[in-house]
Amino acid sequence: MSTLTISGLRASVAGREILRGVDLEVRSGEVHAVMGPNGAGKSTLSHVLMGHPGYTVLGGSVSIDGEELLTMPTWRRAQAGLFLAPQDPVEVPGVSIADVLAAALVAAGRLAESERDVLEERLASEAETIGLSPAILARALNVDASGGEKKRIETLQLAVLAPRFAVLDELDSGLDVDALREVSRRVERATTAGGEDALGVLAITHYRRLLDELHPDAVHVLVKGEIVASGGPELADELERTGYASYGRPEEQLAPVGPDPFGGLFG
Amino acid sequence: MSGSEAGPFGPGLASAVSARLPGPKWLVERRASAARQLAGVALPVESEEEWRYSRIDEIDLSGAAPAGRDGEPAGPSSDAGRLLEAVGSRAATVRALAGVVRTVEVDPEAASLGVAVVSAAGLDVAPEGLGAVLEPRHDAFTLLADAFGADAVVCTVPAGVHLERPIVVVHELGEHPDGAVVLPRTLVRLGRGARASVVELVSSGEGRQLAVPVVEVDLDEGAQLAYTAVQQLGRATWQVAYHSSRLGRGAVLRSFVAALGGDYARQLTESALAGEGSAGELLAVYLGDGSQVQDFRTFQEHVAARTRSELVFKGAVSGTARSVYTGLIHMHPGAKRADASQTNRNLVLSKGAHADSVPNLDIEENDVRCSHASAVGPIDEDQLFYLASRGVPPEVAERLVLLGFFEDLLSRSPEPGVADYLREVVVERLSAGVLPGHPHREAS
Repeated sequence: MSTLTISGLRASVAGREILRGVDLEVRSGEVHAVMGPNGAGKSTLSHVLMGHPGYTVLGGSVSIDGEELLTMPTWRRAQAGLFLAPQDPVEVPGVSIADVLAAALVAAGRLAESERDVLEERLASEAETIGLSPAILARALNVDASGGEKKRIETLQLAVLAPRFAVLDELDSGLDVDALREVSRRVERATTAGGEDALGVLAITHYRRLLDELHPDAVHVLVKGEIVASGGPELADELERTGYASYGRPEEQLAPVGPDPFGGLFG
Repeated sequence: MSGSEAGPFGPGLASAVSARLPGPKWLVERRASAARQLAGVALPVESEEEWRYSRIDEIDLSGAAPAGRDGEPAGPSSDAGRLLEAVGSRAATVRALAGVVRTVEVDPEAASLGVAVVSAAGLDVAPEGLGAVLEPRHDAFTLLADAFGADAVVCTVPAGVHLERPIVVVHELGEHPDGAVVLPRTLVRLGRGARASVVELVSSGEGRQLAVPVVEVDLDEGAQLAYTAVQQLGRATWQVAYHSSRLGRGAVLRSFVAALGGDYARQLTESALAGEGSAGELLAVYLGDGSQVQDFRTFQEHVAARTRSELVFKGAVSGTARSVYTGLIHMHPGAKRADASQTNRNLVLSKGAHADSVPNLDIEENDVRCSHASAVGPIDEDQLFYLASRGVPPEVAERLVLLGFFEDLLSRSPEPGVADYLREVVVERLSAGVLPGHPHREAS
């Protein structure tokens, strides 16, 4: 059993304080959702957790089982068990999924250089589960992939790397209903399989529809860089009725449930 | 003496040296004619558009002399051995030293089909087409090649013959005294509907020599050629190279160049799409470290209607190395419905390195499509962050992204064996310090 602990996390972008003291705790096997209006700091939270160079940490702590992550470079955070599925995964020309995962697993001492075929078999079988065509595995990472394919590719990497905690930033953007279901099933399976070491999830989302698939244990409301409310899944239902008005942002309404053709545009 | 009015060599000297070179009558006369013209031609200077950003003003030919025929290879060339092994089975193999053909092996089956791979100096009459493709690009250096060139490799594939395996041309320039001028030359002619693949390697020793390699490709109607060139010159060699091709109606050229060596290594690439519906794919990868300069000038000459060309040149520079790319898409009057694209991408891996990229268009026909793209910059930070977020250490991530940058083109190399060889060479160069001290972090 592991615990991801975020306490008093403050961070700024371009000199503007975006996160003003975020506290969250996620245990193995739990699914936590962070919801909030545009500009609340959702995307900043995911980037800061992973150590993106464009953000400045002003204070606080992020740890897994007491091991501080904020002092580690990004790749060490990943090796410590943190995974970020970004909202819009970048294209990496000429580099395959297997190249990247082999490099990560070899660096972590979890794969020998000579065992690449083992990894490729694993990738092929996971790809089938997630509904990705095997042709994608031969292509360069995320190059010429549709929005939906990119999210499946993220899920594939999540499945093979088997981190302790995954931050899913707008996982549902670009996904149609069927794809959303397949991807959610695979994530959900990771949160139940493995018993004590099951995956813990922090799902950052603007839309409720992801939560219909992911079934969170807890929902947190992020407004102006702070968690202003936490509760069970019923909190998401309440937000859908009342919007964020009662949290001091009357102009913001929770985005409607339903297909979002421009998912990527709503950070 | 650079840029002197009297030409790089005095007229008397030029004729005298040229006349002393052995060869059949046609070749001796050809040299003498070029030597006379050379006497009246000045070396180009950097202020000329085509030589901007070059190092031509540094060149001094006053003490230069054509390399002797007695030059020896700088030991057994490991580049040649590895490349030959990587290519595997071949239709023909030619080895030339200092521009002079030494050995030719032609597979009996290829020979029986009429495929000829010969030394020009061994022919009683001039090989058809020698000099014709290059003609529009004549300058002091091509005249130098004509005036002092000892020999040429001539590859001819007759009409209708489809060669499955490649013809490999190895030009070892050898080890010569400083100031030597080496003039390797290759002519490739494909008859109507012929198909072939030619792989060429140019390598040299460690001396300060000037190489002027000239490659001419002449494709008759419907012919298809894959041409792959690997430039592995010694690190003190200067190169001023010419790759010219002329495509007949419906002909297809796939050209792939890897430029890795040299001190200052320039290559002019011209593809004349002279026949209706002909198509040229011009790909190049280049790598510069230390104080190397890789310099490319390209000309996509769309002469006829419905011609197509795609050019993609990609390179990386580190240390205080530089690269230059200037390219022209020229749509001639009558090139109706021609389609051309030109892409040049450069990774600049250190603060001291520099890349110039200048695409140009010259459109003299209305009904055409043209596109060009050019980029110069460091390794993409977002790509590095993404790989780091998977747990890939920074030096491994940089290497993956850099290899991936080249892989894009290597995967399009017409000869998979050469691509494998180049992957190995690029990895070796990266390990040997193309990526010293992770410059992107140095900068942050």
